[in-house]
Amino acid sequence: MSDKNIERISIVLAGNPNSGKTTIFNNITGSKQHVGNYPGVTVEKKEGEATYNGTKLLCIDLPGTYSLTARSLDEVVARNVIINEHPDLIVNVLDASNLERNLYLTAQLMELGRPMVLVLNMIDIAEEMGIQIDAEKLSAQFNAPVVVANGRNNVGTTEILIAIAEASKTANIPTGSINFGTELENKIAELLPLVEANERITYAKRWVAAKLIEGDTDIVEKISAVPGGSKIVEKAIAIRGTTDLDEIESSFQEARHHFAIEVFNNTVTETHKFASSKSDKIDALLTHRFLGLPIFAAVMWLLFNFVITIGAYPQDWLEQGFGLLSDWVRIVVPNGQLQSLLVDGVIGGVGAVLSFLPLIVLLFLGIAFLEDTGYMARAAFLMDRIMRGFGLHGKSFIPLLLGFGCSVPAIMGSRILDNPRDRMVTILVTPFMSCSAKLPVYTLLAAAFWPPEQGGTVLFCVYFASIILACIMGIIFRKTLFAGETDPFVMEMPPYHAPTMKAVFMHMWERAVLYVKKAGTFILAASILVWFLVSYPENVEYSQDFDGARDQITQIFDQKSDQIMMAMGAISNEDKEKVTALVEKITATAEKHKAEIADETVVQAESEETNAEGENSLPSENPTADAIAAADEPLDTAAFIKDTNAMHIPTAFDSIKSQDAKQFNVAWTIYQNEQVRDELIKVVDEHQRSEKVSQSYAAQFGKAIEPIIEPLGFNWRIGVGLIAAMAAKEVLISTLGTIYSIEADEDNNGSLQQLLQQDPNFSPLVAVALMAFVLVYPPCLSALAVIKRETNSWKWLAFVFCYENVFAYGVALLIFQIGSAMGF
Amino acid sequence: MTFKNMSEMKPGDRGTIKKINGTGNIKHRLIDMGVVPGTVIQIIKYAPLGDPIEIKVKNFNLSLRKSEAATIDVEVI
Repeated sequence: MSDKNIERISIVLAGNPNSGKTTIFNNITGSKQHVGNYPGVTVEKKEGEATYNGTKLLCIDLPGTYSLTARSLDEVVARNVIINEHPDLIVNVLDASNLERNLYLTAQLMELGRPMVLVLNMIDIAEEMGIQIDAEKLSAQFNAPVVVANGRNNVGTTEILIAIAEASKTANIPTGSINFGTELENKIAELLPLVEANERITYAKRWVAAKLIEGDTDIVEKISAVPGGSKIVEKAIAIRGTTDLDEIESSFQEARHHFAIEVFNNTVTETHKFASSKSDKIDALLTHRFLGLPIFAAVMWLLFNFVITIGAYPQDWLEQGFGLLSDWVRIVVPNGQLQSLLVDGVIGGVGAVLSFLPLIVLLFLGIAFLEDTGYMARAAFLMDRIMRGFGLHGKSFIPLLLGFGCSVPAIMGSRILDNPRDRMVTILVTPFMSCSAKLPVYTLLAAAFWPPEQGGTVLFCVYFASIILACIMGIIFRKTLFAGETDPFVMEMPPYHAPTMKAVFMHMWERAVLYVKKAGTFILAASILVWFLVSYPENVEYSQDFDGARDQITQIFDQKSDQIMMAMGAISNEDKEKVTALVEKITATAEKHKAEIADETVVQAESEETNAEGENSLPSENPTADAIAAADEPLDTAAFIKDTNAMHIPTAFDSIKSQDAKQFNVAWTIYQNEQVRDELIKVVDEHQRSEKVSQSYAAQFGKAIEPIIEPLGFNWRIGVGLIAAMAAKEVLISTLGTIYSIEADEDNNGSLQQLLQQDPNFSPLVAVALMAFVLVYPPCLSALAVIKRETNSWKWLAFVFCYENVFAYGVALLIFQIGSAMGF
Repeated sequence: MTFKNMSEMKPGDRGTIKKINGTGNIKHRLIDMGVVPGTVIQIIKYAPLGDPIEIKVKNFNLSLRKSEAATIDVEVI
């Protein structure tokens, strides 16, 4: 480190959930934040930096907890940071309007014997409620500075920084001590000398002694690992004697509460204990006996429409942007391998993913809003009776709802469930909640095979089915693998408050960044891999001479052009040159104004059908041979030559036409002739490409598994897509896009939707089977990785992977077979 | 003096917690959240589907299932 002169202070923020701890953290650190994980566990670690008066503050936002027992992972993580990383200072954020319960955690932080700063947050709400806190007395009780703050309005931030700077200099250890009562105090006194004698124990000695008597599993483990520690643990067990562990733990808890109550009574002078607050009035409506559930349904409906309807606009803009970028790359980068990699691999893949970013941003905006207002807890309150029926917990609703955004935070969010059984069931059914990466797959298929007005219904059915599946599997899991006692539901109902935009946006930003990071690295790699698999091997053996076929067609049409010129009187070389120049101009103009011309000619398209091979005709055995045969048909000049004055010519050509109306007539006819030629050459190109793709590595692989997926109605393309989408669901689209866009011609960059419609192997029934398969089969690799870490077991990971694949196969098989039998 | 278990109380009823009969995680979680003997609580409401219950304790609102409330003995005020 070069900047040794700069003083550094490491602080941790501790506090109850809903104490406004994260708001204080945001106020202190601003945007200098980093979200990661604590090593070995999946508890999210938020770190930030701030500089105050030349002093650098390194700040960790601990998980919000009510207590510091070994009963919950969050609590163990929070206290381990404090006792192992020796931060200079604990900043304990307290909800001033709810001080009595908040002081219970403060009492436990005090026991850890580290310097503290107490922040009385939400002081405005406390004052409104008639609560008056004597900050000086409170400070004296803990021998720690007390700062008054209102984090939502960024009031008190400077004062907090000043207090931190001062407290880190004095480094006062809290002096207060909890009286655990004669019986427990005697036991502690008996054990304490042994703990104090062991120099290897670096934690607060009295706390260690108390925790060992209490039988705290984590501390017992830690002390046992210290040389000479196992003797102390044995002694603790001996001292505890026959006292019931459950009883002794409760006694410790109650003593800590009594301490907190005492401090509370000494410092808080006035309270209106059961006054009905504004929050209670809102709650009376939102959890109303009759209105509560309809309001809940309306809120969920709003959330969904907010995400999907509004998200569609920026999504569209991004798609167009990436389209322009692809066009630009095609111009700048010469035709070939690199262009193909950039356009089809990189831009195609990342573009597909990023264009769904708006959906994710809006979803997390909505979720952050629900969490911040306090409605999320009410959702659990309203839903618990129902969720319990399906072997889940009211709180399971929250991760399951998150699951509609992304399985990764959803699976991680299941940590709010303390009981491992409840958590496991929730983790196992979370993947059924269609994540937002699956949504594009559904929307694509719905748009391709159903009229726009039915798209919403199709999506609704998919989501409805997913919830039904989750319910059924929840019951099955609860009855079989996880039979037994349920987790306590006991949950705080935080007061309602208007969310601060800053907090909501920071939460949203955090999630968006996590998604993009995943998209940017993981999915880019997957896209390039898929591009490689689809584009290689480079040299394949073709069934026929495609170059020769193209030359043949070109020759025939050159002859036809001569024929036309002859028939129309352009005989001299000068005339011919003029006409050729005009044709070039027309072609260039046509290319430039493609979109407008297409719009203008749509109406006429049917009446002016040329004799070109129809694109939508049934697939032929040998399209190239057919194309040559079509080219060979003699030109009926009389029928082909039309007077341009009598027909509609797109306005884009007006300026060319006005130069020389007579020769324009000839040139236009030749141009039409060349259009027919290009159509036929395209048929040959497509034939060649499809031969190339069907010999690619991807196809070899897809074809290898085709017999397995054929009963589901899936062809090798879908097989390849599904395998690639193991990496992440959104890859399914980019893979299909890659496969199809490489098959398609440059001039035929129709959207993937149209390409799917044109694929004879696809049908609405196949689309339903595919949606069902995508719905059920394992979430992305990241989600699988999180499952591994949350369950901390390869066995569970293997179980999840297998059961979801088998289940997906079964569901898709049923749908396709029954659907086929019914004649769909 | 009337003793009741919490699940028998009606919205609006108040009382002092006397004893928590449960064991394990449920009991300890209740205590961590401030549901300790001697604390005054008030029943706020039942969820629309009849369960869970919302109570006021130590100036904040807590929700718990009826089965959990049934483990708490309350002296009704």
